[in-house]
Amino acid sequence: MTLPIVQIRNVHKTFHMGSVKVEALRGVSFEISAGEYISIMGPSGCGKSTLLNLLGCLDRPTVGHYLLGGQDVSGMDDDSLSAIRGSRLGFIFQSYNLIQQLTVLENIEIPLYYQDRPEAECRELASKLAARVGLSHRLGHKPFELSGGQQQRVAIARALVNDPLVILADEPTGNLDSASGVEILEIFDELNAQGKTLILVTHDAAVGKRARRTLRLRDGEIEHDVRH
Amino acid sequence: MSVTNRHIHGIRLPGGLSVARLRRAVRLGIRSLWLHRLRSLLTVLGIVFGVCSVISMLAIGEGASYEAQEQIKSLGSQNIILRSVKPPDSEKVSNQGRQSYVLQYGITYADVGRIRATIPGVTVILPARNIRDYVWNITRRVDCEMIGTVPWYPAMRNHRVVSGRFFTQDEMERQASVCVLGAEMVPRLFPIKSPLGRHVRVAGDYYQVIGVMEARGGAGETEGGAEQKDKSAACRMFIPLETVKLRYGEVLMRRRSGSFEAERVQLHELTVKVASLDEVINVAGAIRAVMERNHKNKDYQIDVPLEMLRRAERTKDIFNIVLGSIAAISLLVGGIGIMNIMLASVTERTREIGIRRALGARRRDIVVQFLVETVLLSGIGGIMGVLLGITIPLIVSHVAGMKTIITLWSPLLAFSISALVGVIFGIYPAVRAANMDPVEALRNE
Ligand SMILES: Nc1ncnc2c1ncn2[C@@H]1O[C@H](COP(=O)(O)OP(=O)(O)O)[C@@H](O)[C@H]1O
Ligand SMILES: [Mg+2]
Repeated sequence: MTLPIVQIRNVHKTFHMGSVKVEALRGVSFEISAGEYISIMGPSGCGKSTLLNLLGCLDRPTVGHYLLGGQDVSGMDDDSLSAIRGSRLGFIFQSYNLIQQLTVLENIEIPLYYQDRPEAECRELASKLAARVGLSHRLGHKPFELSGGQQQRVAIARALVNDPLVILADEPTGNLDSASGVEILEIFDELNAQGKTLILVTHDAAVGKRARRTLRLRDGEIEHDVRH
Repeated sequence: MSVTNRHIHGIRLPGGLSVARLRRAVRLGIRSLWLHRLRSLLTVLGIVFGVCSVISMLAIGEGASYEAQEQIKSLGSQNIILRSVKPPDSEKVSNQGRQSYVLQYGITYADVGRIRATIPGVTVILPARNIRDYVWNITRRVDCEMIGTVPWYPAMRNHRVVSGRFFTQDEMERQASVCVLGAEMVPRLFPIKSPLGRHVRVAGDYYQVIGVMEARGGAGETEGGAEQKDKSAACRMFIPLETVKLRYGEVLMRRRSGSFEAERVQLHELTVKVASLDEVINVAGAIRAVMERNHKNKDYQIDVPLEMLRRAERTKDIFNIVLGSIAAISLLVGGIGIMNIMLASVTERTREIGIRRALGARRRDIVVQFLVETVLLSGIGGIMGVLLGITIPLIVSHVAGMKTIITLWSPLLAFSISALVGVIFGIYPAVRAANMDPVEALRNE
């Protein structure tokens, strides 16, 4: 088999709040192979967001190693991490996180913008992905003119535009009504069927079930890791 | 994909910033400023007024000092001008003495001899006797200052003959009755026909008009202080010195508060030309010493155009320094205003910063984004200020009739300082934006 694209080795994350130490992650280890669809679940405060931030290279582990596509990113400087986020990762947030003054098309282009891709190429790729999430007719609209489900679809297109190794989603259906939520999850299923690697944080059991593997956290440790 | 486009994408600026990325940052900045156009406009007003005031004040100051300097230069920078002045303490004596008293003062022919004999470096000496009287053309009358002088007057005083000619040495020696009119007189005495060849009358004497001199200093009335300090008329007429001596002698009668007052003045004015510009100050000192020794009461005045020029230049320098400080302060205030707004903008856009960082923006991309906005703000303010600063002097010179000069460097300097202010005051907010933790920034509501 191919090498796992995500390797987390004995990762600890400690936050210092004044004199108080908060151990958000305490020795977490796991691997994710290409094409996996994995959900991270657990009660509030168990360290899900912390783990996702590490996986997303937005933060660095206090102890331990994180290998993304075989490359150790745990000790990288800020610029290199930015470059990795822009080229190898796709982010989907609970509150969509679109930039309000930009159009749908421009929002989708952002990751390419920081990759210095030629403008025409950006435009072409972005409109292709907008079509893929069914928003070709909304390219010039601003985010506030769209429904929550549509906004999240823009965010998905944006997460796909740089053809990332891994797509990270933090409670992607948390702000949506159930119908829109199902739509989004169906897109995820489709993406996974096309071979995309998805990591999804949720506390919704129904959402977690759709993934083919679940990582359950408790107090900063992996409680269990099941495939289904 | 065009070849040129690929080429442009290949160009990297210092700090690993591509031209394309900078171009997009500028476009983004313009949009973001346009989105808050009222706020942007208000923010930029400080810079606008700062730049505008620098340019317009400099233009007005430059214009005023140019006029002053031109007037001084028209006296000749190699010249030293001596004038006879009625000594202040002689007034009382003359009042007591009433009719019979003859007041004697001023520069004498002996002074001319002494200066010529004792001071090296003096090339030409130009004496002049001024007599105030009415000049007539049949029934037309003009109050005029008649200047009895020598043929080289126009050359020495940078005063051109515009039509006809000045009188010659021969005419002076013959004590000919010829005159050269100042341009100011012509429309008043000869409104229709050319005055050349015609005659004017002063008291009982007729003079033939042989030439016309150019008008002095543009506007005849507002002539520089040094040139016509005392009650002299705007109109001037030039007559050979020897002719004046013949006609008037040396004693002048003046009507004064019901009585007559007689004055004996040999020369009213003496212009000394110095061979080289470097010696002017020394020669002026020597002349002062000679005059002081021979005139116990101060019945003369010495003007050195070169000294006046230097003083005017110094005044202008001081003016520019004061102006520079005012400009610096106003630009500083403008810069602080911009920084204030940019700090607010950074806080307001924390979430956007987090999103951009998550999607691959490096710290320096964020710095560039905010810095570009600040520089655009101050640059646009600078351009508006330059436009306004060029317009105001034009309006001033049109409405108030003042001369204004916009030097090329003043808009350039004002604009580059305003752009620099943008960079300096933009750095702190931009760096603050860039140093935000992406995780924290994303959590921001
Ligand atoms: N930036 C931070 N500073 C201090 N403590 C933090 C920080 N982020 C998370 N924590 C703490 O770490 C623990 C795990 O948090 P988090 O990963 O957000 O949990 P979850 O997303 O599963 O609810 C919590 O106790 C939280 O208070
Ligand atoms: Mg969380």
